[in-house]
Amino acid sequence: MSQPLLEVKNLKKYFPIRAGFFRKVVGHVRAVDDVSFAIQEGETLGLVGESGCGKTTTARAILRALEPTDGQILFRTRSGEVVDLASLPEAELRPLRREMQMIFQDPFASLNPRMTLFDIVGEPLLVIGGMRDRRRRADRVAELLELVGLRREYMQRYPHAFSGGQRQRIVIARALALNPRLVVADEPVSALDVSVQAQVLNLMMKLQRELNLTYLFVAHDLSVVKHFCDRVAVMYVGKIVETAPTQRIFYTPRHPYTAALMAAVPIPDPRIRSAMTPLEGDVPSPANPPSGCYFHPRCPHAVDICSQEPPQLQEIAPGHFVSCHRAQELELVGIGGPATQPQDASPSGAQN
Amino acid sequence: MTPDNSSPLLSVRNLKTYFFLDEGTVRAVDGVDFDVLPGQILGIVGESGCGKSVTIKSILRIVEKPGRLVDGSILFRAGGQEEPVDLARLDPKGKRIRAIRGAEIALIPQEPMAAFSPVHTIGDQILEAILLHQDVSQEEAWRMAVQRLDEVGVPDPERRMRAYSWELSGGLRQRAIIAMALACNPRLLIADEPTTAIDVTTQAQILNLLRRLREQHNMAIIFITHDLGVIAQLADYVVVMYLGQVMEAGPVEQIFHDPHHPYTRALLRSIPSIHSPSHTLLPTIEGSIPHPFNRPPGCPFHPRCREAMPDVCNRGFPQRHAIDAQHSVHCFLYSPAQDGPAIPAATASEPSRQP
Repeated sequence: MSQPLLEVKNLKKYFPIRAGFFRKVVGHVRAVDDVSFAIQEGETLGLVGESGCGKTTTARAILRALEPTDGQILFRTRSGEVVDLASLPEAELRPLRREMQMIFQDPFASLNPRMTLFDIVGEPLLVIGGMRDRRRRADRVAELLELVGLRREYMQRYPHAFSGGQRQRIVIARALALNPRLVVADEPVSALDVSVQAQVLNLMMKLQRELNLTYLFVAHDLSVVKHFCDRVAVMYVGKIVETAPTQRIFYTPRHPYTAALMAAVPIPDPRIRSAMTPLEGDVPSPANPPSGCYFHPRCPHAVDICSQEPPQLQEIAPGHFVSCHRAQELELVGIGGPATQPQDASPSGAQN
Repeated sequence: MTPDNSSPLLSVRNLKTYFFLDEGTVRAVDGVDFDVLPGQILGIVGESGCGKSVTIKSILRIVEKPGRLVDGSILFRAGGQEEPVDLARLDPKGKRIRAIRGAEIALIPQEPMAAFSPVHTIGDQILEAILLHQDVSQEEAWRMAVQRLDEVGVPDPERRMRAYSWELSGGLRQRAIIAMALACNPRLLIADEPTTAIDVTTQAQILNLLRRLREQHNMAIIFITHDLGVIAQLADYVVVMYLGQVMEAGPVEQIFHDPHHPYTRALLRSIPSIHSPSHTLLPTIEGSIPHPFNRPPGCPFHPRCREAMPDVCNRGFPQRHAIDAQHSVHCFLYSPAQDGPAIPAATASEPSRQP
């Protein structure tokens, strides 16, 4: 394989916990703890996990919206040169900003209500693109609005006039203004209604094909991830526990946490009601994680070694990385669950 | 209803709740009918603005101003009584509804964080609910509260009674809310998107818990969600709503495997199925949900409907068409406008049929 567009190596982001009068640092929240992955150009990598697992922090650290504590973020620029975004000073980072953009979760919070669409979508053109000429900017904004399926006449309107799905299109238009190569999308459709979600996902797929975009897609909705991503990385308490091509990870997961996640997805078919017992307990705090493998207190397959030694991410098949001591021996089932048995109708016998 | 060993616990008929704003009237719920049988899990699905939350607020009579229940009946068979009470006719601040609300009909609200007071312990808040509705001593109430927490799977319930809501994790907080809702053994539990704010593994735990509680207490549950996956996994009977009206209602099996309404079909098609091939374009529903002030005339879905018939679907709301005893749909594809006796003026000019 060629040099990936983005390669994250041992990325760490710790937040200090301060206490006492002198605000002394008494510990760290290890929000992102030694995360490594790579994304090829034109590919979509899904980053999934439960709330608090560090997926958003990872996404933000890659764009240097947060300063990483440690690690490397190797990015291949348009000129072919590989730079480490993690250590680049802000001044040198600035010209690279146009190559990577972000789409946020909440389209109601990410658009300034007092700016028109022309100002919103045109702002990156002016600030980073240096496009001073108002007419040229208007042409480009019109082009972008049409690209995302909005009418160019909307340019003079304010965001309040648009629905959630349309707002997300505006956010996408803004992100695309400077022809980025990497787009980090943090839960781009989870705030949208089901009927509108599909429109935005279709738009993102179309744009990827037309503009050869690379997506880092942060999400918690696994059915969306399965539909949208080429590869998936599963995070648990700041660490990546498994990475694999989408089909593999959904049908033959090798980490017990991935399998538990898959089993918990409610399948929209009443004939497949999984009789599986869900995962017990809660996600541990990244400020005080358990010993050994972070998942061992909840893991149904845990053995002695799991509580003593943290497992390493190992490649068990081409492109399939797992961090589990028992990855080779466990037989896990993927999506749909094992005992998918059709249940009887209501026990009240109401629907004869 | 079909003759059945159990008559409905709750029967909502022609419920209308409007919001009277300066800009105009929002018909948030506009003629909704459904029944809940004892021990049944009824799922109400719909997207934002479909009136699902306002429907349950109307049942509990907690619609805020400027909203008002303008028409319809909500017959509820309160415990130990033969005659149902019409909740729609009760004074929303009166004694009668206050005795039912929280005791016989309990609510699991959407935001577990917002539902608990941060300055009172979990125990105090559950005790308050028990002491308000039941004539028991403080000690007895404490014992009952601990038992409830234990029942919903809160580990170490004695200790959690003294904890504050912000000390609990999302899953535990949701369980504590359920314990509080169950405090008085309600006959009907209303859950308003109880799992939207939590993760899938916790969601699976909560869904299992609700199933178990239904079986143990023969409690009826109205479950509101926009997540079709959750509905498929949990509900017995499904009501599909769009812009304040019922589009289709039927047993869960038929809604998912034999949907009749174009909206239900489109909704089911537009969710990425876990079995569908990746990277294909998803079928979409054109356009977006109209703003409540710009409600389309006729069937509210017709501007987005692929099967909309010009001069029919924009003329009036279709009559209920029964597909079988359980399954019904409101759509002109099944109940032609000509047959409907109650279709307003527009159809009066008979030759409106295409020449």
